[in-house]
Amino acid sequence: MSSNTCLIIGSSHAAVQLVTSLRQEGWEDEIIVIGEESYLPYHRPPLSKAVLKGEKKIGDILLRPEAFYDKLQVSFKLGERVTAIDRAAQCVTLANGGTVSYQKLVISTGASPIILNLPGESLEGIGYLRSYGDIETLTPHINSGGKAVVVGGGYIGLEAAAALSARGMQVTVLEALDRVLQRVTARELSEFYTRAHERRGVQIVTGASVTGFVGDRKVEKVLCEHGVEYNADLVVIGVGVRPNVTLAEAAGLTIDNGICVDEYSQTEDPNVFAIGDCTSFPCAATGTRLRLESVPNAIEQAKSAAAAVCGKHKPYTALPWFWSDQYDLKLQIAGIGRGYDNIVIRGSLENEVFSAWYFKGDTLLAADCVNQPLDFMAARKAILKGISPSRDEISDIDFDITQLGVQ
Amino acid sequence: MVKVVFIDIEDGRHELDCEPGKSLMECAVENLVPGVEAECGGGLSCATCHVYVDESWMAAVGQPTNKVETVLIESLESLQHNSRLSCQIDLNDSLDGLTVTVAPAIF
Repeated sequence: MSSNTCLIIGSSHAAVQLVTSLRQEGWEDEIIVIGEESYLPYHRPPLSKAVLKGEKKIGDILLRPEAFYDKLQVSFKLGERVTAIDRAAQCVTLANGGTVSYQKLVISTGASPIILNLPGESLEGIGYLRSYGDIETLTPHINSGGKAVVVGGGYIGLEAAAALSARGMQVTVLEALDRVLQRVTARELSEFYTRAHERRGVQIVTGASVTGFVGDRKVEKVLCEHGVEYNADLVVIGVGVRPNVTLAEAAGLTIDNGICVDEYSQTEDPNVFAIGDCTSFPCAATGTRLRLESVPNAIEQAKSAAAAVCGKHKPYTALPWFWSDQYDLKLQIAGIGRGYDNIVIRGSLENEVFSAWYFKGDTLLAADCVNQPLDFMAARKAILKGISPSRDEISDIDFDITQLGVQ
Repeated sequence: MVKVVFIDIEDGRHELDCEPGKSLMECAVENLVPGVEAECGGGLSCATCHVYVDESWMAAVGQPTNKVETVLIESLESLQHNSRLSCQIDLNDSLDGLTVTVAPAIF
């Protein structure tokens, strides 16, 4: 056993970037990754897109082939759960009773779906959508012509709706709040996506609060408040996630909407780092502490953590960005629109080619771009450089957006 | 296997044996070629797998077939006439010996 081990808890996007960056930053000693899932790390975004559409399986979405980890001399303990971290002794305990010692620990435990715990939820045909195991639960109930109910109108819910619709199911989305994507976008985008789904045959119901599920052995109906019912052969629930902080919290680390880390992905313990969906961190773009559910964020935090583990200082300053694919609608988001007070639309909502620019006063915060990669790249550059176009420039379709940020 | 040469952003030379059927980006990522980030995993959402195709290979590699690739590349300040997104180039025997240079980071 090497005397210098970097131990990683969690085996998804952040972990894979971490092990890659560790070797690139010069870590030559042992790297061990412990993951609860039995699969090698895989791309999570396709689960609600190509995989749910039946176009790809686990073998098609692995983040890296097994040979990659052999080449990097990274060893895995898959299908293993960590039950405790002892920071004083610098070792972790596994569910099987084993222990693993570390010199550096990186927690990348991600997030878990919020479970509704409603009556009837254990009926067959009902599932969440976070892991490949969830896909395996849902797949036997996906059938063309059947009825699918998606509970939750966030990105996961809407992507699932698009995918299930592509498989020939009649889809109804039930959103408890008064519009879809409420937490993450402006009303104009909520309305756009509602129309986009409806014109493609998906029913969107807002203000719909699910109270339970009924059926014999398999789900047959979804029950909502006020006696409203929906027939269902399949139910996908996507109502948000919570960061997996239990291990860190029990180990005495500070938790604030996620495991607290700094811009180097370091916790208050000099030997413990945390990256990805399980963390909150000081976001350079907003000047506030944030938790971000996004692959690019996991990647950037992993890079800064790897540098820090190797004694270097590479703060996470990258601008947050995000993507979502539904039908032929490619959404790319640059920046974070929280706190915006006005929004400018550029292009045509009707033709489904447009961008929505979020301003706070005169300052550009973010841009949601649908089928407009040019606007996305321009916005990303401008926000990073702290350049804010005028609202007139943005709404003038003759204004050359590629000139933004070019000085 | 398909032989591919990557010249990275620090002028390092990487001579690789890549699996046919995989994309040029996957080959770079799996072999840790510096500068090929592939943030979106090949989904035409980011342009961080940008490479310059060697002149002598441009005909064999061809032009983008997907309009989104064209738009993404054309939005880059580092655009050159031989720019391609490596996630959109699938490797096969006709590309054996392909040489590309990794483009500078966008941001």
